[in-house]
Amino acid sequence: MAERIVIDPITRIEGHLRIEAELDANQNVAQAYSSGTMVRGIEVILNGRDPREAWAFAQRACGVCTTVHSFASIRSVEDALGIQIPKAANLIRNLMIAQQYVHDHVMHFYHLHALDWVDVVNALQADPAETAAIQQSISPWANSSPGYFADVQQKVQAIVDSGQLSLFANAYWGHPAYKLPPAVNLLATAHYLEALDWQSHVTKIHTIFGGKNPHPNFVVGGVPMPIDLNSDTALNASRLSIISDSIDRIIQFVDQVYIPDVLAIAPYYLEYAGFGEGLGNFLTWGEFPDVDHKDTSKFLVPRTVIMNRDLGNIIEPDPNDLDLMKEFVAHSWYDYSNGDGVGLHPWQGQTKFNYTGPKPPYDFLEVEQKYSWLKAPRWNEKPMEVGPLARVLAMYAKGHEGAVQLTNTVLDSLGAPVEALFSTLGRTAARAIETKIFADELRNIYNNLIAEISAGNTATFNGDLWEPTSWPRQAQGFGFMEAPRGALGHWIVINGRKIENYQMVVPTTWNASPRDHLGQPGAYEASLVGTPLANPEWPLEILRTIHSFDPCMACAIHMVDATGQDLGEVATGLNVCTF
Amino acid sequence: MANRKIVLGLGNTLQTDEGLGVFALQALADHLGEQDQVELLDGGVLGLNLLPLVEESSHLLILDAADAQKPPGAIIELCKEDIPLYSGVKMSQHQLTFQEVLGLALIREKLPAQLHLIGAQPADLTVGYGLSETITAVIPEMVSRATAVLQSWNLL
Repeated sequence: MAERIVIDPITRIEGHLRIEAELDANQNVAQAYSSGTMVRGIEVILNGRDPREAWAFAQRACGVCTTVHSFASIRSVEDALGIQIPKAANLIRNLMIAQQYVHDHVMHFYHLHALDWVDVVNALQADPAETAAIQQSISPWANSSPGYFADVQQKVQAIVDSGQLSLFANAYWGHPAYKLPPAVNLLATAHYLEALDWQSHVTKIHTIFGGKNPHPNFVVGGVPMPIDLNSDTALNASRLSIISDSIDRIIQFVDQVYIPDVLAIAPYYLEYAGFGEGLGNFLTWGEFPDVDHKDTSKFLVPRTVIMNRDLGNIIEPDPNDLDLMKEFVAHSWYDYSNGDGVGLHPWQGQTKFNYTGPKPPYDFLEVEQKYSWLKAPRWNEKPMEVGPLARVLAMYAKGHEGAVQLTNTVLDSLGAPVEALFSTLGRTAARAIETKIFADELRNIYNNLIAEISAGNTATFNGDLWEPTSWPRQAQGFGFMEAPRGALGHWIVINGRKIENYQMVVPTTWNASPRDHLGQPGAYEASLVGTPLANPEWPLEILRTIHSFDPCMACAIHMVDATGQDLGEVATGLNVCTF
Repeated sequence: MANRKIVLGLGNTLQTDEGLGVFALQALADHLGEQDQVELLDGGVLGLNLLPLVEESSHLLILDAADAQKPPGAIIELCKEDIPLYSGVKMSQHQLTFQEVLGLALIREKLPAQLHLIGAQPADLTVGYGLSETITAVIPEMVSRATAVLQSWNLL
């Protein structure tokens, strides 16, 4: 009888992303099922509202990724109404988007993913002098003395002694799958703490351009901040210089800390270049447009579909193609009016809840039936992976110079072939590679913005079509956004100047999708098959692969647990069941 | 450097009472009017992005939905020492709780000197914008308790 393990870290609040994996006799994953166990019905909330205010609701759909949903939303309205934003506004948006990638990827690496590979407790065994020698050999980063690392070690010791180790968010310390020597564990632990300082400096771009923080402002038709070098309340010379300094800090941290750390850690985990791939199909909507958002030829990240790893044959997908871009609900807790066998394009999308799963608490999902609140988006009826690996492959296949060079450098330093990219490690490496590309791009965009301002092109808002009386009665649009986690699309239908239908297909809907009408698994489900587990009670290997996708789940519920009684359960957060 | 005085409303406003901290913040803002010393900020569910705000504060009052296993609408008030700081295994960076943010501030020795939480046990967490009747009825009590805390901090 197959053993099935369940990873559902926060069952106490009914969970968000739940993975059920069946093991074969050798403790390899034979089948995996991914379920979004919490409903997200933003579409229901938006219908009937003014399209210009949709972003303010959409940004709360994922309370962490507020920026990406805001941009996708205002782009969908601009696309529907044919609004072109001014050049400077477009550059400002691109700056915010590039900053978001770098910020998000660095924080994901150090605060979620690194703890899958780095044993913080083991860092206590390190000789700080050895860590200092490693640091000095891999980068010119200033915090590199033995004394500095000894201080970090003392700090970690104090945390361990105080019994607050759960603050490091991992219950797997001491697992045999941790392979780093103590000195490297100490190095990464130090940078975990440094990344927290760094993030407070790099969010300034959003604070300045968004006018307020948290929750910056957005506007259909441009950006809400005017440019006036002589005004105290506009984008002026002193604010531009803060942004320029912030870009320097961003680039320095990526070049001197993040990239060297990835290259220092990866060699200990090369077996992860051998599994975790999944589908081999990749989709990007593309990013960094020029003022004409329909002109995909100007995108830095191209709009592509790659099928079956074939980098020689890339296709440009049309998000408005009613036949190719569809969502299916055969295994999702929704009802379609024409039945479960058909798919619907998001413009025709329906959000009718139909929960047929077991009554919580339950041991297992009924995976032969409906088992997820996520729909199954498909391109040409095929499941797709979205995210950093898709983007790097798209840039690589299109011959983007930086992407080709960086990718080859990383592969060379690991002694790995190109095929190694199609893996858990490849996904993690791709995230680092694109972070470097986008960090450097920040400087380019900034320079272009300065050039526009110098040329007197300071308009940041196009209000020609602001008044609803200037709109057609009916319109529909697509708003794209390559969110850090992958391709995000908002599809809007406007009727009588109100929202008639609004559908989001978010990156994690692609990646964490359940099976579809043809029984094809989604990206997470496919990626876990064949994963060997050293100890099924502590399925760290599964978490490594899932984390390599950077799931966008659990955004929504965050209640304070005021009882404090469930600490043990939460800290472990793991149910292991056998049937 | 840490000298900001912040009232932080937390929660997801698209899930009914989950957003009660944000709605309570708005009610408090209406009640207090223009303020010189205190900043009233909507923190949504921004998670780790809120760490800089926490660390820049000398006084931090949090308004939030809280699960104390009490009947819906029960007010929950926690002093600094009572707020449990922890985290667990997570699937997603987005799963980070605000307690973990406070925990990180603690290990970085930057926890605000004055820290207080006023919450309520939610009645309804389904998808939707706006509060349940049960929670709407307790918002004035949250506002009056929040005002009392700010007064005790000599900020009003």
